Amino acid sequence: MADAILEVFRGNQEVGAAKQYTVPIAPGMVVLDALHYIQAHLEPDLAVRWNCKAGKCGSCSAEVNGKPRLTCKTRMDALPTDKPITVYPMKSFPVIKDLVTDVSWNYRVNKKIPPFSPKPKTDWKMYQEDMDRVQEFRKCIECFLCQNVCHVVRDHHKKEEFGGPRFFVRVASLEMHPLDNVSRVKLLKDELGIGYCNITKCCTEVCPEEIHITDNAIIPLKERVVDEYYDPIMKLVRKIRGAPKPD
Amino acid sequence: MTNQTKYETHEHDVLIIGAGGAGLRAAIEGLAAGARVAVVSKSLLGKAHTVMAEGGIAAAMANVDKADSWRTHFRDTMRGGKLMNNWRMAQLHAQEAPERVRELEQWGALFDRTSDGDILQRAFGGHTFKRLCHVGDRTGLEMIRTLQDRGVQMGFDVFMECTIIRLLTDGKRVVGAFGYWREQGRFVVLKAKAVVMATGGIGKAWRVTSNSWEYTGDGMALAYDAGAELLDMEFVQFHPTGMVWPPGVQGILVTEAVRGEGGILRNKEGQRFMEKYDPKRMELSTRDVVARSIYTEVREGRGSEHGGAYLDISHKPAEYVKQKLPSMYHQFKELADVDITKGPMEVGPTCHYMMGGIKVEAETAASSLPGLFAAGEAAAGLHGANRLGGNSLSDLLVFGRRAGLGAAAYASKAPAASIDDAQIAEAERDMLAPFDRGEGENPYTVHRDLQEVMQNLVGIFRVEEDMTKAMGELEKLKARAARVRVEGSRLFNPGWHLSKDLKSMLTVSEAVTRSAMARKESRGAHSRIDFPKLDEQVWGRQHNLITRDGAGMKLQQIPVDAIPGELNELLADEK
Ligand SMILES: Cc1cc2nc3c(=O)[nH]c(=O)nc-3n(C[C@H](O)[C@H](O)[C@H](O)COP(=O)(O)OP(=O)(O)OC[C@H]3O[C@@H](n4cnc5c(N)ncnc54)[C@H](O)[C@@H]3O)c2cc1C
Ligand code: SF4
Ligand code: SF4
Ligand code: FES
Repeated sequence: MADAILEVFRGNQEVGAAKQYTVPIAPGMVVLDALHYIQAHLEPDLAVRWNCKAGKCGSCSAEVNGKPRLTCKTRMDALPTDKPITVYPMKSFPVIKDLVTDVSWNYRVNKKIPPFSPKPKTDWKMYQEDMDRVQEFRKCIECFLCQNVCHVVRDHHKKEEFGGPRFFVRVASLEMHPLDNVSRVKLLKDELGIGYCNITKCCTEVCPEEIHITDNAIIPLKERVVDEYYDPIMKLVRKIRGAPKPD
Repeated sequence: MTNQTKYETHEHDVLIIGAGGAGLRAAIEGLAAGARVAVVSKSLLGKAHTVMAEGGIAAAMANVDKADSWRTHFRDTMRGGKLMNNWRMAQLHAQEAPERVRELEQWGALFDRTSDGDILQRAFGGHTFKRLCHVGDRTGLEMIRTLQDRGVQMGFDVFMECTIIRLLTDGKRVVGAFGYWREQGRFVVLKAKAVVMATGGIGKAWRVTSNSWEYTGDGMALAYDAGAELLDMEFVQFHPTGMVWPPGVQGILVTEAVRGEGGILRNKEGQRFMEKYDPKRMELSTRDVVARSIYTEVREGRGSEHGGAYLDISHKPAEYVKQKLPSMYHQFKELADVDITKGPMEVGPTCHYMMGGIKVEAETAASSLPGLFAAGEAAAGLHGANRLGGNSLSDLLVFGRRAGLGAAAYASKAPAASIDDAQIAEAERDMLAPFDRGEGENPYTVHRDLQEVMQNLVGIFRVEEDMTKAMGELEKLKARAARVRVEGSRLFNPGWHLSKDLKSMLTVSEAVTRSAMARKESRGAHSRIDFPKLDEQVWGRQHNLITRDGAGMKLQQIPVDAIPGELNELLADEK
């Protein structure tokens, strides 16, 4: 069997460099298999996250040949072998070690989102046709690849004022839940900074679950924000009714 | 007493080790009972095994088959487990599962629906009725996300990427745990009045397994080390359908939902071989039967190209397959270049689930060691000799909740804990020793050899001679594991982490092998070539029990509890 050369980032936030490893290729092999080969045979302290090895847990995210991917779903035979395959940690998160990054920011954002709150006196009847669109959002495996590619995070470092596509997907799953009864629109505007998103769709492109993040989650949510805060007619209606003006 | 300055120390009422379904459900209940709760996990929150569960949660909701009831679910569970189950657990489980599923829905989970707007249920092996509540083939993801978000909102403290390496006791009861942060390799002391073990299973001791790196039997080994009893360790479930090709994906699960939705098994001659082994239930026979059937077909030369069987669902409309089994569709397409809407998958048995584990009381999930509770795959009893598909997720909810309640109640009465520094010092010394050795083997090599031993000698079919050999090999492996050397620093170092996980795997492997040698019969998942029949007179009446005896392992037998009259009648009732 032929060999592949992997160029893997080794190091931490301060110091680090890519290192090359030669790995024998087996049929159907994925990049994560190659990383495991390095651990088992060459350098046991290579840090990688993984759990399911089947694209279900979202642990194994990295940048393979510059593209954000799940390493357990990236086939070696789909990559050119005439040059080294590069494997780097996700760029938008601080490196802990090698391919392992500090993704704790995501868990902090999640905490800000009010949970599902059912309507009073719910009878818990729901119909498949009302759920299909929400179930799409619930497929998210929290690989954070979308968070990683979004330029608002990646290039503009707005982690404090921006929630990121993953959490727009999560808010959408709650807002569009047929039985939910609270509004997260103010949160979207003020704390999750949905206004920073300029619909580049980079997040949708990398989502391994093929969630239509921009079209199905972000755009409808942006519309809700607009309706609530910026639509002049809605504003007028509110004024006439004497409702307090939103800030 | 404690050297507080030396280690980062935290104190809670209830410490939950494990953030899968069982641990999270326990945490929610502990919080609801007013306890201060901490949850620890080796991986990030939301990545535990539970996230991978595919097929569904078994609960007799009777949304699809109106005739279903807890009694039928109880009977199916007991029959599936070949009556080795703790009958009271099986009863509580069947009675409480529907309420636990409804609760998930009330916390925001979105299950697939019937046309009446209720939770849809699908057929699964060994279940008389359509009973599995599901979300396509990603039920576990829905469940873990719902529980995780609920717990986070209620406010538990989470210690993620933190591995527990020792339970701390004051001689009589459990008073906390000692572990390390994977990230920095720093040690941490977690004091608690009660501890819930929800660490899952042991599959990583076998070469072909559906389990992840986390499944090294830590919880069972730590409980055993601290003095708790382990029950029926011989009952290891080999799921009939794991992927067999290509090599890198060998063992990855192919959900039973494929068969639940009508998938057919064939051998290389095109014969639907389940007709021979279980003509009544065919592909939806219990897992032990289907796994042995596939294994037998392969051994007798009728296997598929890469040594498995063919599983075919392509007779169903492609759109239906993609809607009901989306992740299987993608898994085969992307990892094996097979389009399951057009042709068959190749499948074979894979080490999947541990029925045995920490012995617990049915009502409270208390172990034999005061202050220690256990739930989920780490605990034993509910499933007896063989687990029915879908009964694990429901187990996590029913007994996770009970463990949370039990632990919180215990904690409310327990006095403050005092920690024994000597136990910590010993654990620290053992953990750091592999760095100090000038030479020694790589832990990965020892792990690979252990997997070969368990795969080849204590696998799906067992025989005295093989297991005697396995015991000898395990002794050698223990000696090698005690001398492994790790390189690099303490920062996120998987080789170092494995050096400890290896010890847990060796403890549970030995417990499995000893128990399997003792049980001289074939029952459920435990199949002996030398004792191919059920032995109701002797082994139908006793469990294997493992305890620590100094440095050695002690095996004894305890009687199976008699099933009370009215429940017994349910079992007799042949339908
Ligand atoms: C691929 C697959 C599909 C399945 N499908 C189904 C299904 O459809 N229906 C069904 O009923 N069952 C299914 N099962 C079985 C079921 O998913 C598992 O048995 C169940 O999820 C186990 O849950 P748990 O809460 O006991 O443990 P887990 O979810 O595995 O969680 C264990 C937790 O313990 C932590 N832990 C372990 N050791 C330590 C330590 N030393 N220190 C700190 N933390 C530790 C881990 O990090 C993890 O958080 C499936 C299993 C697999 C592998
Ligand atoms: S569409 Fe919006 S959220 Fe997605 S990557 Fe672009 S800016 Fe970020
Ligand atoms: S939305 Fe898609 S890309 Fe983003 S975290 Fe979820 S699964 Fe990953
Ligand atoms: S290891 Fe789970 S998604 Fe890759």
